[in-house]
Amino acid sequence: MPTDQLDPIATAKRRKRRRRLSTVVSYAILTLGALVVLFPIYMGVVDSLLTPVQIGSTPPYFFPPTPQFHAYADAFSQGHLGHYIVNSVIQTLEIVVGSVITAVLAAYAFATFSFPLKRTLWTIVLATLLIPFEVTIVTNYKTIQSLHLLGTMWALTIPFMVSAVGIFLLRQAFLGVAVEMREAAVLDGCGPMRYLWRVALPLVRPQIAAFVVIATLGAWNQYLWPLLLTSNDESHRTLQIGLKTLNAGTFQSLGVVLAGAVIAAVPMLVLMVVFNKQLVRSLTGGAVK
Amino acid sequence: MSRRLDRTKEAGLAYLLIAPAFILALVFIIYPFMRNFSLFLYHAPPYPGLPSHYAGLSQFTTMLTSSTFLQGLEATLLYTALVVPVGVLLGLILAVVAHQKLKGMAIYRTIFATTAVSSVAVAAVIFGTFMNPVLGLLPWLGINPNPSILQSPTWAMLAMGVIGLWQFMGLSFILFSAGLQSLPEEVLEAARIDGASEIGVFARVTVPLLSPTIFYAITVGTIGAMYTFGQMDLLVGTSSAEYVHVNTLAYQIYQYVVTQPNPGLAACVSIALFVITAVITFVNFRFLERRVTYAN
Repeated sequence: MPTDQLDPIATAKRRKRRRRLSTVVSYAILTLGALVVLFPIYMGVVDSLLTPVQIGSTPPYFFPPTPQFHAYADAFSQGHLGHYIVNSVIQTLEIVVGSVITAVLAAYAFATFSFPLKRTLWTIVLATLLIPFEVTIVTNYKTIQSLHLLGTMWALTIPFMVSAVGIFLLRQAFLGVAVEMREAAVLDGCGPMRYLWRVALPLVRPQIAAFVVIATLGAWNQYLWPLLLTSNDESHRTLQIGLKTLNAGTFQSLGVVLAGAVIAAVPMLVLMVVFNKQLVRSLTGGAVK
Repeated sequence: MSRRLDRTKEAGLAYLLIAPAFILALVFIIYPFMRNFSLFLYHAPPYPGLPSHYAGLSQFTTMLTSSTFLQGLEATLLYTALVVPVGVLLGLILAVVAHQKLKGMAIYRTIFATTAVSSVAVAAVIFGTFMNPVLGLLPWLGINPNPSILQSPTWAMLAMGVIGLWQFMGLSFILFSAGLQSLPEEVLEAARIDGASEIGVFARVTVPLLSPTIFYAITVGTIGAMYTFGQMDLLVGTSSAEYVHVNTLAYQIYQYVVTQPNPGLAACVSIALFVITAVITFVNFRFLERRVTYAN
């Protein structure tokens, strides 16, 4: 131990000074990071509240003199934004409901019953985690075509109604329900489906919520598959692809594109703030309680 | 009632419950993945409607040495190298600093997580405004490269990387924040009491304890980056992506399905990208996981 540490008063003083310095440095780092994250979003919001002439001016506006909502109105009247929003909502709902149902049923079976080939089937489920959607689109497009689903909302949603992540998260959850609970229910004459509905499901609600949050996020933000199906199909185009078609316009419409981006981003930001705990739990694979 | 009958009934019910998920996974994940390995042996017909003819491995080997593929591979790897290491490091630093018991940390944490929930289309549109050559911030600051950023073979990839980095930072931050919460606080406190500086604690204690999370963030980030093409499509487009060197392999798959349909080539690129990503992930496992120290 160094000798100066024998003087308790000097050590305490030095430690206090060091702590104050480290607090200042901490806030400096965090504020810099927050600026990097927020500045692009802030400028996007500001530009969406300007007139086309103001957007084009030099120096740029860092604050809207009088907020204009023309861009938002135009986004709905000329940019068909309302239509895209409806499509995105339907697409997201279908994917979330579908993938929650298939995941609950499969996860419950894997966690509760013993049956032949269980390990093999479980390995296959886990293996699908390794296959990115991008390498399946060639054949999936053909499949959707031969099922005569092209030009329907189902084309956008059916391939995503199964989620290995969901099955995995919920299986863990069902495994956490005490075995005694089920034995007691069976003794009371409760069938397996009644047990799932009445006893197990209410107990794993937190994990279902976590999966719903991440499934909503994934579905709403999807780009590749809706792009493939709806860049030429206006009637089923989602909000994300709507942003792309708006973006292809002239600079006059820049405010409109940004208004669209703000509208596309806000629901997910609200979701994140309200369901932060569920989001973190699902992103970390259920490792955090 | 006999036990065996109960067992059979139970197994039957289990299969019934698994069936919806399993059939969907089979049709939309496993079958299309496997199908690549037969598609890639066939040449596309010169006109749609004609039968495609068997070409063996020659189509695959020709593709592997084609300049389009090699440039795409270079773009994909360069993009991953731009995004993942810096993204992991920034997420780690911000998470460690925000983990302290100081005022206002909840607000900072919310801010840092926002980029993880913004879509690639939103991020691309917002950043696209910044990269506009005639209006806004850059021309005002006197930064006005010719050709403009998104049309420049030198700068376009860097711009794509900035967008990807901005998005990945949020996820990386969330992963590290969660990892930090599960660390034994006593160990960090003990190091501080023993007189270790904050940087010393970070390098000698926090980073080793967080190594499983670091490894996880690198793996998730790499897989995500290797399959990126959203901002390339939205801001650059199919016509000039190759010219400005941002024609990533995932984008090429999309093009061989949509803009210049060629199932054989699409399957070739899919297989190549899948194998390359798997190899990188495997190498990560071999070399990084050895250094991971798991608690307990």
